[in-house]
Amino acid sequence: MNLDILKILEKDARVEPDQIAVMTGLPVAQVKQEIAQAERERIILRYRTFVNWEKAGAEQVWALIEVRVAPQRGAGFDAIAERIYRFPEARSVYLVSGAYDLAVQVVGHTMKEVASFVSEKLASLDGVQGTTTHFLLKKYKEDGEIMEGTEDRSRLAIAP
Amino acid sequence: MATTPLARSPRQRSIVSRRVRSIAPSGIRKFFDLLASMDDVISLGVGEPDYATPWHIREAAIYSIEKGQTSYTSNYGLLELRQELARHIAGRYGVEYDPRAELLITVGVSEGLDLAMRAILDPGDEVVVPDPCYVSYSPCVTLAGGLVTSVSTCLGNDFKLRPDDLEDKISPRTKAVLLGYPSNPTGAVMSKEELAAIAEVAERHDFLVVSDEIYDRLVYDGEHTCFSSLPGMKERTIVLGGFSKAYAMTGWRIGYAAARAEIIEAMMKVHQYTLMCAPAMAQNAALEALRWGEEDVREMVEDYNRRRRVMVKGLNDLGLQTFEPKGAFYAFPSIASTGLSSEDFAERLLFEEKVAVVPGNTFGRCGEGHVRCCYATSLDQINEALSRMACFLSKLRS
Repeated sequence: MNLDILKILEKDARVEPDQIAVMTGLPVAQVKQEIAQAERERIILRYRTFVNWEKAGAEQVWALIEVRVAPQRGAGFDAIAERIYRFPEARSVYLVSGAYDLAVQVVGHTMKEVASFVSEKLASLDGVQGTTTHFLLKKYKEDGEIMEGTEDRSRLAIAP
Repeated sequence: MATTPLARSPRQRSIVSRRVRSIAPSGIRKFFDLLASMDDVISLGVGEPDYATPWHIREAAIYSIEKGQTSYTSNYGLLELRQELARHIAGRYGVEYDPRAELLITVGVSEGLDLAMRAILDPGDEVVVPDPCYVSYSPCVTLAGGLVTSVSTCLGNDFKLRPDDLEDKISPRTKAVLLGYPSNPTGAVMSKEELAAIAEVAERHDFLVVSDEIYDRLVYDGEHTCFSSLPGMKERTIVLGGFSKAYAMTGWRIGYAAARAEIIEAMMKVHQYTLMCAPAMAQNAALEALRWGEEDVREMVEDYNRRRRVMVKGLNDLGLQTFEPKGAFYAFPSIASTGLSSEDFAERLLFEEKVAVVPGNTFGRCGEGHVRCCYATSLDQINEALSRMACFLSKLRS
């Protein structure tokens, strides 16, 4: 798999195969074929747009949930993790080292909605021993992007 | 009201020295003023990275200020920085420089170039300078009392300096040749073999080589050859390098000179009476860049390379013959097919389509018929500039 193609698409999913071919010096047919293969193999999972919802005026409540679980014989943490990630409310689910086991990001419209998801769906699952909920108060940076304010960079428009 | 006596001198003596008067004003000044009065211009006229300095480098400088490292440093520059630099040069190019005697930290390559010229030239000494080249080369020679001998390079030879052409320009007064590869404005790179041929001429006629290697890290196919790494060349080479382009640190003004002790000592003498030392906080930033900036360089170069390909293909597709620049971040298309002079082309392109490029004659007579297009700008801007240029050219040709 050509990592260069992936790096270009990860930065900007709109770049067309023709342009990628020029940028990488590869033939267009190969670029298209590699992209198709990456999609097929789920190396490329999805093309998405990164939206600042708060700025768009949409109400969203995010929470990070620490979940302590009892691993199951034969399945380890995977079975319980799957039970959790099946819920669309769980936007990301990670197995982590440290004082708890699963880190779950949950999103909802209101605090009440998130709280009831945690208490009724998450905490009540077999094998879940406890949860701690951290509501996000402000997003400064996500996925490498600074949410508010950018650097004011100006260069000399003409320089030797 | 005070009057300036000199201005009213009966002998009508000029206030400005003959030497400074003899230097032509910068050709890009006019464009700079024009641009300032226009909106929505896409500039391919820039001469620096489009990245801000990586944060860890900025943070290191802030920390050094917080710790109170705000005093003069050694005239040579922070010893720690010179030691790190010596390791860096030895690691990359296999040339050993003694950090205590053979390296000098300068205020950008600009100062390094000035120091080099002042350190080696006596009145009437000649310096051979390839044409086209960076705008400071000739003025620096002139200001130091030297005479410039231009040697032509051309598109047909990818703007490389040919040893025969160089040899034709050698006289008994030739003190040095001034090289700048990878080249601003052309993007030309000279291979190890090609540089070795230049070295052979330098050896045979016994002159120095001043090698401006500010773009050493921005090389896209193959490797950069440090001139002093060629056999026997360390003794007769002044390498000028810096942090501006590789680490996106143009505003910090940190460069260096590497040469044998006798030359560095002479350059330091001028430096200590004129600059004293490079700014301490900027030197600390440079130290951080050397220690932890490798990944930044790698990523930026990868990105320039992609945009380079888009720019070069785009220009060629427009019918502007462009050789493949192997280094720096400039493309240097020929605009000869339009029948316009470089300046007319640049001026009309700016007025009619709001794209700024630098006319090639800014960089010397041999730059006429070309314009310099910098691709250190976002892909969207490059594509938009190319499509505006397409409009401009189709109107021109219809």
